[in-house]
Amino acid sequence: MADTLLDIRDLKTWFKTDDGMVRAVDGIDLRIDRGETVGVVGESGCGKTVTARSVLKLIDMPPGRFESGQILWQGRDLIPLAADEMDKIRAREIAIIFQEPMTSLNPVYTVGHQIAEVVRQHEKLGHKQAREAAIEMLRLVNIPNPAKRVDDYPHQFSGGMRQRVMIAMAMSCKPKLLIADEPTTALDVTIQAQILELMQEMKERVGMSIMLITHAMGVVAETCQRVVVMYAGKVVEEAPVEALFGNPRHPYTQGLIRSIPRVDRSAEQKHRLEAIPGTVPSLLQPPPGCRFAARCKYVMDVCTKAMPPLKEAAPGHFVRCVL
Amino acid sequence: MSRHYIMRRLLIAIPSILGISVILFGVLALAPGDPFADLAANPAIPPEVAASLRAKFGLDDPVWLRYVHWLVAMLHGDWGFSFASRIDVDRLILQRLPITLVVIGAAQLLAIVVALPVGVLAGVKPYSIFDQIANTMAFIGFSLPTFFTGLLLILLFSVKLDWLPMVYRTDLASSGWQWWWDQLKQSIMPVAVLGLFQGASLVRYVRSAVLDVVRLDYVTTARSKGIGESAVITRHVVRTALIPVVTLVALQMPVVFGGALVTEQIFRVPGIGSLLISAMLANDTPVVMGVTFVFACLVVFFNLIADILYGWLDPRISYR
Amino acid sequence: MAGSTPASLTAEAPGAAAAATGARSASKAPSTPGREAWRRFRRHRLAMASSVVLAIIVLAVVLGPLLWRVPINEIDFASKLEGPSWTHPFGTDDLGQDILARLLYGGRISLAVGFCAMLVAAVVGVMVGAIAGMSRGSVDAGLMWLADLFLALPQLPLLLLIIYLFRDSLTKILGPEGGIFIMVVAVIGGLRWMQVARLVRAQILSIREKEFIEAARALGASRLRQVVRHILPNALGPVIVAGTIDVAAAIIAESTLSFLGLGFPPDIPTWGRVLFDAKDTIDVAPHWVLFSGGAIFLAVLTINFIGDGLRDALDPRRVL
Repeated sequence: MADTLLDIRDLKTWFKTDDGMVRAVDGIDLRIDRGETVGVVGESGCGKTVTARSVLKLIDMPPGRFESGQILWQGRDLIPLAADEMDKIRAREIAIIFQEPMTSLNPVYTVGHQIAEVVRQHEKLGHKQAREAAIEMLRLVNIPNPAKRVDDYPHQFSGGMRQRVMIAMAMSCKPKLLIADEPTTALDVTIQAQILELMQEMKERVGMSIMLITHAMGVVAETCQRVVVMYAGKVVEEAPVEALFGNPRHPYTQGLIRSIPRVDRSAEQKHRLEAIPGTVPSLLQPPPGCRFAARCKYVMDVCTKAMPPLKEAAPGHFVRCVL
Repeated sequence: MSRHYIMRRLLIAIPSILGISVILFGVLALAPGDPFADLAANPAIPPEVAASLRAKFGLDDPVWLRYVHWLVAMLHGDWGFSFASRIDVDRLILQRLPITLVVIGAAQLLAIVVALPVGVLAGVKPYSIFDQIANTMAFIGFSLPTFFTGLLLILLFSVKLDWLPMVYRTDLASSGWQWWWDQLKQSIMPVAVLGLFQGASLVRYVRSAVLDVVRLDYVTTARSKGIGESAVITRHVVRTALIPVVTLVALQMPVVFGGALVTEQIFRVPGIGSLLISAMLANDTPVVMGVTFVFACLVVFFNLIADILYGWLDPRISYR
Repeated sequence: MAGSTPASLTAEAPGAAAAATGARSASKAPSTPGREAWRRFRRHRLAMASSVVLAIIVLAVVLGPLLWRVPINEIDFASKLEGPSWTHPFGTDDLGQDILARLLYGGRISLAVGFCAMLVAAVVGVMVGAIAGMSRGSVDAGLMWLADLFLALPQLPLLLLIIYLFRDSLTKILGPEGGIFIMVVAVIGGLRWMQVARLVRAQILSIREKEFIEAARALGASRLRQVVRHILPNALGPVIVAGTIDVAAAIIAESTLSFLGLGFPPDIPTWGRVLFDAKDTIDVAPHWVLFSGGAIFLAVLTINFIGDGLRDALDPRRVL
C-alpha cells in the first residue's frame, strides 16, 4: 500500500441557502498517495472546487458546513481541527493555487512581500532572509530578472506570470500536496503548456503530490496518474489514467471523452461532436437514484430507484453504475 | 508614488478653483439689486471706503472685467472690508478659521476612531447581532440632523445635568490645566455632534467596503497561506478596504464644513461658519463672498488630498 | 493536447451558486424581476416598518389639517409653553399656538420640498447622465467635467449664498411661499443631480455594450428608443435608491435652512422653522424642541430605511 497522504472519506459539504440546503459535495471518497498526480474532473458545479477548498477548510462556514465525513491528512482528521492548528497545515503541508491569477493576488502588496509572507509565517525567517527566499522562488518558476521583479506589484505582471507567482508562493514551504484548482483555465493555450510543465518540474524537484482539478480531459491525459470523475457532488468513476481513457465504464465518462474534439482523425473517421444532452440535476433536492439517470442513454428502471454503490470493476478501477 | 501624479492632480485643481470662482462670481453678478447699496446708505461706512469698494468691484464695468478684477483681488488676499466688524475680511476670516478647523479635525478624528473598528467588525460578520445593532445605530446617527442632535445634547448635558456649558467662550478666565479642562468641556459637545453624524455614515461605508473586499479571491489566497484569520483581516482586508474609505473621508470634508455651519450656530462657536451666518443676517456681502470662497477652496484642497491619498494607497493608480 | 474544451456545454459558475441557480429555475415557476424585488424588499423588516410609518406621516400631513381643525396661528398667551395635554397633544409654543397643528401644516411643505427637490435632481441627473452615456466623446467629457465642477461646490454655503442673494427679488415676483419654494427646490435639486447623472451614465456605459442592445440596434431601433425602452429600465435600480437618499437629504437641507433662519418666511411653520423658534426656550419647553425635531428625524429615518430596503431589493449583492 503506497504512502497515503490525503484520504477523504464520505465527505459531505453542504450550503445553507435561501432555497434550501445545497448538497455541493454529497459523500465522496478520494485518496492521494505520495508522489502521484490525481486528476479530478467534471463539469462546473459538480463539486470539485468545493472539494478542493474543503480540504484546506477555505469554505465560508456560515453558509457552508461539513455535514459528515472525514478529511484525513496523514491519518489526522482535519475537520475538527482548531483554526491555529489548521493554519500550520496551510501552505506548509498542503498548498493551493486558484483559477484566476488576475484576482488571486493582493494588488497593494508587491509579489515579493506576498511570497515572503508565507515563509515568514511558517519558517520564521526575518525580513531579509524572507526576501532572498522570495527571489529564489521567483527564479525557480522562471520569472526573468527576479531580483528586480520581486519589488513589482501584481498588476505589472501578465496572467501567465501571475500564475507562476502563485505557484512560487504555494511552493515556498515545500508542501507535500499541491491542490491546483483549474490552474490553466484562465490562460492562453500556449501559457497553459508552460504552467503545466512548471508544475511537473516542481513536483519532481520536491517529490510532492498534486490534486489537479480541471474540466479539460486533455490536460488530465497528459499529466495525471489517476483520475477521479465527479458528477453532481458524487464520484462516479475512478481509475488509473490509461484505464479511464482506454476503457471508460461510466456513461458520463464516456460522454466526456467523446465530447473532446479530435483533429487527428481523418475525414472518414470524423463524426459529430457529441454533447451530453440535458443539464445537471438540482443539488437542492437530488434525485433518489443515480444522478446521471436523466441524461444517460443506457438508463434502466433500477437506476432511478437507488443510488448505485461504487464498485471495483477492475483492479483500481471503480465505477458507480449498475452496468 | 510618482511626482508626475501629484503634479497632474495639482494642475487639475487649478481649473476647478477657477470654475468655482466663476460660478460664485456669476451668482453674485446675477443677484438683482446692488448688494452694495447698503454701503452707500449705511452711515457707519466712511464714504471713501464705500467709494473704493465700488471701484474695486468695478460695479460699472462689464461683467467679465469685474470678474477678472475680483479674481485678482481674491488671489492677492485683498478680500475687502467688513463693515459689520470693521476690519479687513481676510483678517477676520483668519481669526476665525483655526477654531473651525480644530473642531472639524477633532470631529473627523472621533468619527474615524469609532467608525473604523465598528465598521470592520460589522463587515467581517455580516448579519450578526453586532452588525444589526451597528447598522441600526448608524442609520439613526445620520438621520438625526446635526441641529437636532446638538439641541438634544444641550438639553441633556447643559439643561438637565448641567455638566457642560452651553455656549462656547473664547475668553475663558482660567489658565493652565484648568483652561484645558474648561476648553475640553466646552468643545466636547460640538465635536461630538459633528463626529456622530460623520461616524454614522462612515460606519456604513467601512462596512460596505469590507464586505466588498472580503469575498475577493486574494482574501481566500491570504487565508490559504495559513497566517491566521486576524492577520488576514488586518493585513489584507482592511488595508485594501481602507482605500475607498480614506478617499471618502477626504471627499466628505466639505460636507463636514456644512455641518460645522450648523454646529457653530447652536453652540455659538466663533468659527467661519457662524461668521457666514451672521454676515448674511447683517447683509455684510464682502464677508459672505470671502467665506464662501474660502469654503470653495477648502473643497478643492481636500479633493486634492483625496486624490493624492488614493494614489499613494493603491499602487495600480499612480504607476501610470 | 486538446486544449481547454469544456467537458460539457453547461454554463460556467462555481459550486453552490450554480447549483442554487439551477435549482431555483428548475423547481419554481419563473418570477418577474418585479416580484423578485418585492420579495427581497419584504424581507427587510425595518424597511417594511418604515414604509408603514412614513405612510402614516404622509397621511397625517395631507389629511391632518383637515381633521385636526385647531388653527395654526391662534395666538393665546394664556396657554403659552404648555406641555402636551388633551387639547394640545404636542403642547403649545411661546405664542400659545398649537404645535401639533403647526407641525401638520408645516409638514406638507417640508415633505413637498424634499420630494420635489428629489424630482429636480432625478430629472436633470437622468437627462444629463443619459446624454453623456449615449454620446461619448467630447459631449460626455464636457458634461462630466461640469458635474465634477458642481460636485466641488460647497453645498450648504452655496445654498445659503443663493438664498441670501435672491430671496427678496423672488419673493416680490412669486410671493413669499411660492418664491422661496421654487428657489429652495431648484437649488437643493440643482446641487444633487450630479450623483444621479454619474450613476445613470455608468449604468448606460455598462449596459449599452450588452448584446441585447446590439440586437435592438440591429433591428433598427433609434438611439432614443434604445435608451428609453431598453437601457433606462435596467438602469433605474440605483437611480431609485439614490432618489430616496435625495429626498432625505433635501428634507434635511430645507430644515437646516429654516433652522438657520434663512428659509421660508417666519410665519410658515416648516419643521425646521418650528425648531428654530423652539431652540431658545429649550430649558423651559423641551417638548417643543422634541416634537419638531422628532418629526424631522422620524421622516428622514424612515426614508433612509426604505432606501436601504430598496437597495436590497433592486441592487442586491447578497452576502449569504
